[in-house]
Amino acid sequence: METPFKIIDHTADIGIAVNGATLQQLFENAAIGLFNLIIDSSTLEDYTEYPISISSTNRESLLIDWLNELIYVYEVEHIVFKRFTITIFSDTHLESLCFGDFLDNKRHLIKREVKAATYHMLSITNDSDGFHATIIFDI
Amino acid sequence: MTKWDGKLHKIDTYRWEISPDYKPGMRVPGIVYASDAMMENIKEDQSLEQVANVAFLPGIMKYSLAMPDIHWGYGFPIGGVAATRVSDGVVSPGGVGYDINCGVRLLRTNLTEDEVRPRIKELINHIFHNVPSGLGSEGKIIVSEKDLNHLMVEGAQWAIKKGYGYAEDLDATEETGCLQGADPNAVSAKAIKRGMPQAGTLGSGNHFLEIQIVKEIYDQAAAQIMGIGFPGQVLVLIHTGSRGFGHQVCSDYLRVMEIATTKYGIHLPDKQLACTPIQSDEGKKYLAAMACAANYAWANRQCIAHWIRESFVMIFKKSAENLGMVQVYDVAHNIAKLETHHVDGKAVAVCVHRKGATRAFPAFHEAVSGMYKSIGQPVLIPGDMGRVSYVALGTEKALAETFGSTCHGAGRLQSRGAAKRSRRGSDIAHNLEARGITIKTGDVAALAEEASEAYKDISEVIEVADRSGISKKIIMAAPIGVIKG
Repeated sequence: METPFKIIDHTADIGIAVNGATLQQLFENAAIGLFNLIIDSSTLEDYTEYPISISSTNRESLLIDWLNELIYVYEVEHIVFKRFTITIFSDTHLESLCFGDFLDNKRHLIKREVKAATYHMLSITNDSDGFHATIIFDI
Repeated sequence: MTKWDGKLHKIDTYRWEISPDYKPGMRVPGIVYASDAMMENIKEDQSLEQVANVAFLPGIMKYSLAMPDIHWGYGFPIGGVAATRVSDGVVSPGGVGYDINCGVRLLRTNLTEDEVRPRIKELINHIFHNVPSGLGSEGKIIVSEKDLNHLMVEGAQWAIKKGYGYAEDLDATEETGCLQGADPNAVSAKAIKRGMPQAGTLGSGNHFLEIQIVKEIYDQAAAQIMGIGFPGQVLVLIHTGSRGFGHQVCSDYLRVMEIATTKYGIHLPDKQLACTPIQSDEGKKYLAAMACAANYAWANRQCIAHWIRESFVMIFKKSAENLGMVQVYDVAHNIAKLETHHVDGKAVAVCVHRKGATRAFPAFHEAVSGMYKSIGQPVLIPGDMGRVSYVALGTEKALAETFGSTCHGAGRLQSRGAAKRSRRGSDIAHNLEARGITIKTGDVAALAEEASEAYKDISEVIEVADRSGISKKIIMAAPIGVIKG
């Protein structure tokens, strides 16, 4: 199995290259990658459960909308997520349970502010190893 | 990263052209302002491809432009300028960016370096506590949804009504701190929810506050009009934008534009350039929501300026009036504006996208008023954290060549990852201290991402802007104290 994600450089911003055995797993790993950019995930608990459902026009947009929804929930509800289970999945719709921790500056080490997931350089491909995506975040 | 190997035609010393033949679909040529040396660096990534891609936008007039601080963005290059015809052209949220009305405000003081340097630590600490900053920072002002509705429409004027600053500040703010056409109904509930707790916060990343010392004055008469009279005079620079509110407006409308691009049959080489006709319902709504975010940013910088004045009053035990804390100017550098420009001898209504570019209107332009009428609009160009900043003026040449635009800053050379790998945040803090610059941040590790070496040399950028004539440099200042969010 390839690594779930790795951080990639971009002159002004930062990105992740994500892998998954299935498309569903790719989406879960992208979310893990996102929160690794935001916070030191080793400091997180996962006792808070938060359901998220997203509908979009195609799978690329679904991926961007999914990540932007997570950024929104983090910023507004102050929940930092560690683990994701996507329960229902199609190219245009997903339902998930996200597990995380309420942000606590005493316990958590925040790394950076992520403004949004962008469409820049976005691609979802698949081959015999599974699914792959590159996502650039605006920070 | 792949090097850009397209064909460039050198027009003159500082201008380079990408021919519309470079890529089928380009409607106009690309023009980039850069020196020979800078162009070698620019070719290292794909920012020139982005200049060519922007030339695909329907209704784009004359050129797809890039200022000397050009670097690789998403969709538009940072430093990109594109004017689209209002009658049949498009508006692209990617040409504004996520941090809508990210911008700069400059205050002058009567204080000298000798008066401030001995108390700089105390001053910086006071400001650090008085101005909410840092990752996910939330404000100390409670803004209800009703308040936010007023803030979105009134901008800096809302903040002044609440007691944050003076009416005169508005005269020294682009658009008097209030962009017309804002409609809160065009803003999502999500943007409102993100915006309410963050009003009056600096944020993090490349946003910062600096206490600066005037180092060089290149035009004494113009500097005098700005209230800047002598080397050693203390200035205050504020660099921030519309926080999560603007990010959400941009994200929301990129989704709308994705559908609109297909609906209106627009062909683009990059999804991040998604756009819609200015006259479409989607275009009107985006501009109305973008104006709300622009106004949010002006209110934000207005509140922050007020708290900085408060801190100076506390430390120096004099009133803000006695300290001469007058606003020099406030500019937006991520914005789309409806303006009238002359194209081929005719006045045309255009939407000027400035993505990491600053408006630079000349003397006697109708949008330049008050004391600046006779000299032109001040252009505030911060360097990277810890290096020098400049104040310039708009020019006739900018109006003729770049839809009245110039550069906005240094422009990144190195990715944040590369910057972080090659140096440690704590070393940067020590280096700054060794150079006599007091630094205060909630996140020392992140300093490495904003290290000077990660940016182009601002002085080189300014030289190109000045010698090519798209702005005229007036003042150079260097920091003695920095607060990084």
